[in-house]
Amino acid sequence: MEKRSYLKELTKGIIKENPVLCLVLGTCPTLAVTTSAFNAIGMGVAATAVLICSNAVISLLRKFIPDKVRIPAYITIIAGFVTVVQMLVKAFAPAINNSLGIYLPLIVVNCIILGRAEMFAGKNPVLPSILDGLGMGIGFTAALLCMGIIREFFGSGTLFGMQIIPVQILIFILPPGGFFVFGILIMLANKLNSRAGKKVKTSPCDGCPMSENCAEKSCEKTAKEATVNAD
Amino acid sequence: MLIKSLVAVFLAAILTENYVLSKFLGICPFLGVSKKLNTAVGMSVAVTFVMVLATAVTFPIYMYLLIPMGLEYLQTVLFILIIAGLVQLVEIILRKYIPSLYNSLGIYLPLITTNCAVLGVTMLVIQKVDSTSAYTYTYGHALVNAFGAGIGFLVAMVMFAGVRGRLENADIPKSLKGLPITLVAAALVSLSFLGFAGFVDKLIPLA
Repeated sequence: MEKRSYLKELTKGIIKENPVLCLVLGTCPTLAVTTSAFNAIGMGVAATAVLICSNAVISLLRKFIPDKVRIPAYITIIAGFVTVVQMLVKAFAPAINNSLGIYLPLIVVNCIILGRAEMFAGKNPVLPSILDGLGMGIGFTAALLCMGIIREFFGSGTLFGMQIIPVQILIFILPPGGFFVFGILIMLANKLNSRAGKKVKTSPCDGCPMSENCAEKSCEKTAKEATVNAD
Repeated sequence: MLIKSLVAVFLAAILTENYVLSKFLGICPFLGVSKKLNTAVGMSVAVTFVMVLATAVTFPIYMYLLIPMGLEYLQTVLFILIIAGLVQLVEIILRKYIPSLYNSLGIYLPLITTNCAVLGVTMLVIQKVDSTSAYTYTYGHALVNAFGAGIGFLVAMVMFAGVRGRLENADIPKSLKGLPITLVAAALVSLSFLGFAGFVDKLIPLA
């Protein structure tokens, strides 16, 4: 029983609750760094490392962090681990550091990491949190790799730097290609989900950890307050 | 020369290096809040305000505090905390002293802390500082870049709100409905911005 539930925490992030394709979180790095399969793996591994560490620490501290200041506390913990990963990448893989550029420190504001802290690590013990982080990280890496392979294959005719086809459709590695490939991948995920009879995501806000404060909902809230005041 | 380069930085931040459409920063609000024109404008104005304010604070702190003390590696932690603190401060000040502005902009403020475009701007302007180059960024350039990035965000959001308005009435295949068609539409808007490539260099040659 115990073992099976641990396995579930690990595997749910990979397909059933894939953070990129099903929950639509972390869109910025998904679109920005997937111009080649190699970059995609670099980003995925860096984010997974941060996710596992931050999930573990947040889960350990979950009883000490006051509820009111939990988001700033989470952000500080995440930023600390991002700095560590950034220094490690700079020292041991400078090529990845150069190609990821600004997106490496921007892992701090990746909604997947804050989202898992808020939804899972802040409420669960350490071991499941680590497994959840690992599973979500693998799911994130897999989705990035999928995007990276498609974009690199069509955009520069290569796979992991090896020449495969002589044709290059440059638009795939330019920004519009990122939006387009991501749109098509989400369409496929929706198609598979609806065939399996699952609910289909329609808004990017549904899985977002900040959606509580989000503009559209806040608009409804203020409108409600306004009517209450008017009464 | 200085004014020329400032104008070039401003136009580049809006057109050729648009933060949303070519750098993929701030995609979440771009897809999430662009359904209606008024929320799109409100969000963009709030983002612009926070971007300029955050750059105004982080740039001197990095240049005159972190570099002399050799603490550049603290950039990520410090910047995100400064942005989070600033956003809270602005929210409190607006609520107390300018409630009318708070009612129109305040609701977007809590979201902005985790908007990667804001953190992205503060970090990118520091990368452009290079004392050996003639085109190095000064404090003025950094502020103009941040303001331009915000205006670029506004332009992208407003244009995209228009595009999405049209999509509402279109007959879309079932599995493309919702997010997928929004992303494909974003691809087309981004494609149109590719047309500006080289525009600023030709218009205002600096070299």
